[in-house]
Amino acid sequence: MSALAQQSPWQRFVAALGTPSGAVFVLLVVLLIAASIANPRFAEPDQLVRFLARTAPIAIAAIGQFFVIVSGEFDLSMGAVIAAQVVIAGNIIGQDEAMILPGIALMLLVGVMVGLLNGVLTTFAKVPSFIVTLGMMLALYGFVRFLTGGAATGNPVDSFREIGRGLLGDVLPYSVIILVVLAVAAWLLMRSPFGHTLLAVGDNAVAARLSGTRTAGVKISAFVLSSLAATVAGILLVGYAGVHPSIGTGYEFQAITAVVLGGAVLGGGRGWVLSAAAGAIALELLFTVLNQVGTDSTWRPSVQGIIIILAVALGAVAWRTARRPPSVSRTDAARDPDPIPTPTPTPGEQ
Amino acid sequence: MMRKHSKGLIVVALGAAMTLAACSTDGSVDPSAAPENTESAPAETAASNGEWFDQAVYDEQFEQRSASFEGDPATPWLQYIDGPMTDTAEWQTDEAMHACFANASISNPWRQTGFITMQEQLAVLQDEGVIETMEVRDAGDDDNTQIADIDYFIGQGNCDIYIISPNSTAALTPAVERACETGSPVIVFDRGVETDCATTFIHPIGGYAWGIDTAEFLIEHLEPGDTVVALRILPGVDVLEHRWAAAERLLTEAGITVDDYFTGADPTEIKSIITDALARGDVQGIWMDAGDGAVAAIEAFEDAGAELPVMTGEDEMSFLRAWQERDMTALAPAYSNFQWRTPLLAAEMIANGEPVPTEWVLPQTPLDADARDEAIAANEGMPDGHYALFGGADLPTYPGPWQDR
Repeated sequence: MSALAQQSPWQRFVAALGTPSGAVFVLLVVLLIAASIANPRFAEPDQLVRFLARTAPIAIAAIGQFFVIVSGEFDLSMGAVIAAQVVIAGNIIGQDEAMILPGIALMLLVGVMVGLLNGVLTTFAKVPSFIVTLGMMLALYGFVRFLTGGAATGNPVDSFREIGRGLLGDVLPYSVIILVVLAVAAWLLMRSPFGHTLLAVGDNAVAARLSGTRTAGVKISAFVLSSLAATVAGILLVGYAGVHPSIGTGYEFQAITAVVLGGAVLGGGRGWVLSAAAGAIALELLFTVLNQVGTDSTWRPSVQGIIIILAVALGAVAWRTARRPPSVSRTDAARDPDPIPTPTPTPGEQ
Repeated sequence: MMRKHSKGLIVVALGAAMTLAACSTDGSVDPSAAPENTESAPAETAASNGEWFDQAVYDEQFEQRSASFEGDPATPWLQYIDGPMTDTAEWQTDEAMHACFANASISNPWRQTGFITMQEQLAVLQDEGVIETMEVRDAGDDDNTQIADIDYFIGQGNCDIYIISPNSTAALTPAVERACETGSPVIVFDRGVETDCATTFIHPIGGYAWGIDTAEFLIEHLEPGDTVVALRILPGVDVLEHRWAAAERLLTEAGITVDDYFTGADPTEIKSIITDALARGDVQGIWMDAGDGAVAAIEAFEDAGAELPVMTGEDEMSFLRAWQERDMTALAPAYSNFQWRTPLLAAEMIANGEPVPTEWVLPQTPLDADARDEAIAANEGMPDGHYALFGGADLPTYPGPWQDR
């Protein structure tokens, strides 16, 4: 830490960009430049704001997924939660404006219940979260099929859809405002004692428990935050696109990719929440660039898949390199089976 | 060391999972069925570059668009183009039949609407003592499941008549042939198979006719050099590929620029695609191979403040209503949803020993602005996912089951 204090702010900034959590912002800028070159109109402010509005749901989902991943777990049920919430919005709110508030309350309640169930099964029943949330995903998709038979029912009333579709003062989309508010809240939460505990649980759950942390409670909260984030994403998506059971498909993987792209370590204990949101935006930008350069429609998924695997692999390698303490020799490392990582200057987590 | 190892494994596993996910985002209308669909996709998408275009069938359907149909235009589900008939005298029976229906899925609103109509038609035939029961197996968009369903029916050995709505063309052919070998009548409808063993194959004119109708409409209202964005649900299904094969050829020949995308009918995807396309340059036309998601496409233009496009959708109520509410030039082609009644009525004819058309080609007429207004009035109170040309308004239970779905 003392070495860090001697660095100038500029040096610290450059060093931060060298970590995976910082590098995603470099990637973001590179992709923005690429998108603007491919299509000069993209760089215009109104286009950028519109792009940000469309990215808000996935960025919010990524923030939710971040909490679960840094605590050392996965939430694969996100996409299904979004689909279920979208269908609930269509069925419960429908064309009745008086049902908007009760509808939102019900959706939030469903979100909390799903998160609680995921968390309790993972922590107390000791079922791996991979399995619990995969099961939850299937259960929720089954529920959506039961409610809809697999097809759209009709959009809820327009005033409800304004949340995801409308603009404040004809300029600023509500979804962007919601994204910024939630991002700031998440950032504050990660700086609070809860955030520190969450990282500690993800880094070494045994050590955290032995030092008196209620690890189960922390993990359950992470799952609740994740499915609440999916619920908000669902509310925005109903507004943006309307009701369809396919909404939310693949969001869990996009969110996990975004979190990893944002430098968080799978397995927990490390990462910066705003980098996760940046990772989501970078991912959407990547898809936009692929659209703009005219990748053939049949090839697009393959290109996406390869790029995602590369990004995840590079991120993992980068962290491993960053973790290796330069002053400790290999023999020292071999003697210590699980060395305590030397703190690297990660933005926000110093 | 152990930790590093296990993290590496997680990365590999997740990477593999993500590739699957990336594939499946395009895969299917139905999220849970997507992985199965991608299995068969690679072989068939390879054929999408012009290999879906069959000049002979194209020419045939081009002619059929103006053909005259036998039967009463008031009951289009019983109309057909004159042609070879199958003799059904050997199956004539006075006993109520046990029908076995292998359905591809009900995972999109078109199939849902059709299946409701079919069930209400069934109720009528049950009252008349033509059919005693109809056992339905839903394959959930999965070829393997549907093959197993058909073999299950054959194994049961008590099907007096088979009704099959195939999930995909090549994969289901052997199973349909096995059903034919049982000696019971086999009715195939909607998507086709590569065998003519069926007693009757019921379908509207076809995908090429859809492609021709829509492309001609766009060409009439657009200039050479204009851009059309084509929104396609999924690759590899013949009835959808034929629509695009014909439209792409005609539009390209007319000097119109076309960009096609697979959407999985996901409105988020549709909106993103159009927003990106509008950010790139003006878009004058939208072509869809199915109307599911058409409203999201229109909203994308409105949100971007762009002029509404010339558009072809489908006879789904959501699109018809969105079109009526706005000042836009559009056409609603229809893949005649009333065809879901025809298989059961064909079963009745077979039970009576009456001949049925070997290939039963039903009328397929796109809706223009006037027909749209009539259709909206006739289908008042129907949900957005309803199809205007469902053809069940004369059934005794109308409108309940279609309204409360």
